[in-house]
Amino acid sequence: MSLQVPFHTKANGAAAGGATKAVILVGGASRGTRFRPLSLDVPKPLFDVAGHPIIWHCLTAIAKVPSIHEVYLIGYYDESVFRDFIKDAVHEFPQLTIKYLREYQALGTAGGLYHFRDIILKGRPERLFVLNSDVCCSFPLGEMLRLFEEKDAEAVILGTRVAEDAATNFGCIVSDAHTRRVLHYVEKPESHISNLINCGVYLFATEAIFPSIRTAIKRRTDRPNRLIRYPSAENLESSFFAQQAADDDDEESEKRSEVIRLEQDILSDMADSKQFFVYETQDFWRQIKTAGSAIPANALYLQNAWQSGSSELAQPQPNHIIAPVFIHPTARVDPTAKLGPNVSIGPRAVVGAGARVKESIVLEDSEIKHDACVLYSIIGWNSRVGAWARVEGTPTPVTSHTTSIIKNGVKVQAITILGKECAVGDEVRVQNCVCLPFKELKRDVANEVIM
Amino acid sequence: MKALILVGGFGTRLRPLTLTMPKPLVEFGNKRMILHQIEALAAAGVTDIVLAVNYRPEIMEKYLAEYEKQFGINITISIESEPLGTAGPLKLAEDVLRKDDTPFFVLNSDVTCEYPFKELAAFHKAHGDEGTIVVTKVEEPSKYGVVVHKPNHPSRIDRFVEKPVQFVGNRINAGLYIFNPSVIDRVELRPTSIEQETFPAMVRDGQLHSFDLEGFWMDIGQPKDFLTGTCLYLSSLTKKGSKELAPTTLPYIHGGNVLIDPSAKIGKNCRIGPNVTIGPNVVVGDGVRLQRCVLLEGSKVKDHAWVKSTIVGWNSTVGKWARLENVTVLGDDVTIGDEIYVNGGSILPHKTIKANVDVPAIIM
Repeated sequence: MSLQVPFHTKANGAAAGGATKAVILVGGASRGTRFRPLSLDVPKPLFDVAGHPIIWHCLTAIAKVPSIHEVYLIGYYDESVFRDFIKDAVHEFPQLTIKYLREYQALGTAGGLYHFRDIILKGRPERLFVLNSDVCCSFPLGEMLRLFEEKDAEAVILGTRVAEDAATNFGCIVSDAHTRRVLHYVEKPESHISNLINCGVYLFATEAIFPSIRTAIKRRTDRPNRLIRYPSAENLESSFFAQQAADDDDEESEKRSEVIRLEQDILSDMADSKQFFVYETQDFWRQIKTAGSAIPANALYLQNAWQSGSSELAQPQPNHIIAPVFIHPTARVDPTAKLGPNVSIGPRAVVGAGARVKESIVLEDSEIKHDACVLYSIIGWNSRVGAWARVEGTPTPVTSHTTSIIKNGVKVQAITILGKECAVGDEVRVQNCVCLPFKELKRDVANEVIM
Repeated sequence: MKALILVGGFGTRLRPLTLTMPKPLVEFGNKRMILHQIEALAAAGVTDIVLAVNYRPEIMEKYLAEYEKQFGINITISIESEPLGTAGPLKLAEDVLRKDDTPFFVLNSDVTCEYPFKELAAFHKAHGDEGTIVVTKVEEPSKYGVVVHKPNHPSRIDRFVEKPVQFVGNRINAGLYIFNPSVIDRVELRPTSIEQETFPAMVRDGQLHSFDLEGFWMDIGQPKDFLTGTCLYLSSLTKKGSKELAPTTLPYIHGGNVLIDPSAKIGKNCRIGPNVTIGPNVVVGDGVRLQRCVLLEGSKVKDHAWVKSTIVGWNSTVGKWARLENVTVLGDDVTIGDEIYVNGGSILPHKTIKANVDVPAIIM
């Protein structure tokens, strides 16, 4: 192993100057179907966890990096979707300019970056953070930046350790324990190669990432069916397109040849460049894929806010508020109700006398009547939970990265979710159910999806 | 007059309650099951009662001594060294049952109804034959043994049809009888069944009559039926305008049929009823919802809990926001944690439940 000479001058210089930009990949309406029924009413990046939209948490981390002044949201939602959010965010983070860049067709995570390269590279930034909006973590961008400078890197990826048996569901990183260099990267390998996984947060040298994407595009043009493993599948490609519209699955929709993804098409090649490093976070990390995963994300962001002394959270009170709890200033909570831990109460929501809410998200304008009990659940916008009703999910282990559980040999959603404007009758019990919008539940239900 | 109460074994069908208390001493409608029967027998002029048991719990003797004094009667325990079925105990208790020439009552200890002993004795005396069995009308006679009368006779029994596939009648044996002492001659001291052996013989001789029971009837030998029986019993109290019931004018009483011991404490903003019995020294917290349930002595239901179709055993505690339903039975001194859900759980004494019981299960 060769001895590396630290680039002191450059490291110091970079911290002071050298522009950095950030991109948040927000996806589009045809994606994120696993976030239904909540994404039927709100785009996933704008769904509130711990009192704020999912992308607000990304933006907060970005705002803490002094060298970042420009942030782009890249996705294929309608232009209007992020308008209000950006208006508010610019007010809250005055040092940032925030723009939404809309892809008119899904180009893939790398394809989208490349498509907007002229805008991104304007002002010749040296570095570019890329954050997937569907992860929940502490976003240790400062630490990633330090490693980037220390190693004179072309790319730094955020990594975390997961249980051995969960690793193959993610992008797996093999790294040199000493130098932290990425030696090998495989997206969702069939067999176990490492339990260090890709967190979906990257820092790239602009000089390295765009040429890498260009190379991948060129290779794709030369050998268009690279992703399709069977030679005979070439004639299937057209049927792939036809199927596209109807196909809801996130993975499938990306198998189009013009789609270039960071994970599959860029990162494994970058592992060959030798200037690709991994920053291994010890902090929390979760994916926000299914609607149920909003509950662990809510819990982790609330705990993080609580431990960092956030003034936004409700003050703990015996038999009333078990920290951490977020209560929107316009919500009304009866003093005899007991909330927490890990509860977010949205704007204008009402929690009645003697109600109990734990490990749950109660969204805007919803109402929990007196003596009701809501555990491990999401109560949709404008929904009603009757007196003495019980809306209940099942706790999943803290280390678990899945939101489904096996009950009596059948896979069910651990978290109970009421979509928009649902109603649960007085004394009714709802357990491990997902309820689509505008449904009224008058009888006890368990382990069902209610259409 | 005299009476024989068939208690039998350990009452395993009513576990986990009977792991702590012999079945006759379990409170039904805030009164021990045996006391309902002793009270009704004493009121009909019975002076000697024999309890046929095949085990001898000491705790029972304490209560029986108390009842002897209270009603001025003699209560003896007749212990079977081996189970003698439903007829054998008659022979074993012969000394008491034959002490005079008057007829004697026989009753199954599991049966609850408005014990019509006076009317039964009068009816029996009027027909003059050896025996009378009380019959009750049921909706589904095909599940029981049905009584068929002699043609052109309103009460003399012609035959019994066990689980009839075709409708032959809807009157079934209610488990209450009155016999002349001579019936004992028909019984041998061995395990025998009164239904299978003694009755058919009496029927052949034209000596057995039926007496129609008015009002409710229930075999309360298992928890599900114990709860149903409680509902029937409370309804009959309401029908009779009983002063024992909590007045429906109380703000927290919902739908009536609620029996609350005067020593029990009820919190604010509760909704209780219909069909609830609350025993002595029970504490019910604030915002509690109770329906179709039995809270036995010294139990505690904490704030905002929801309890339905459940028997809460003596000294047990139900946590805040807990939800119990679907024939859940808590034994003595069970603790259900806050926010716990129990669906049809049978919880043995002294257990603490900290995780949901989602499907009916016995928690050892």
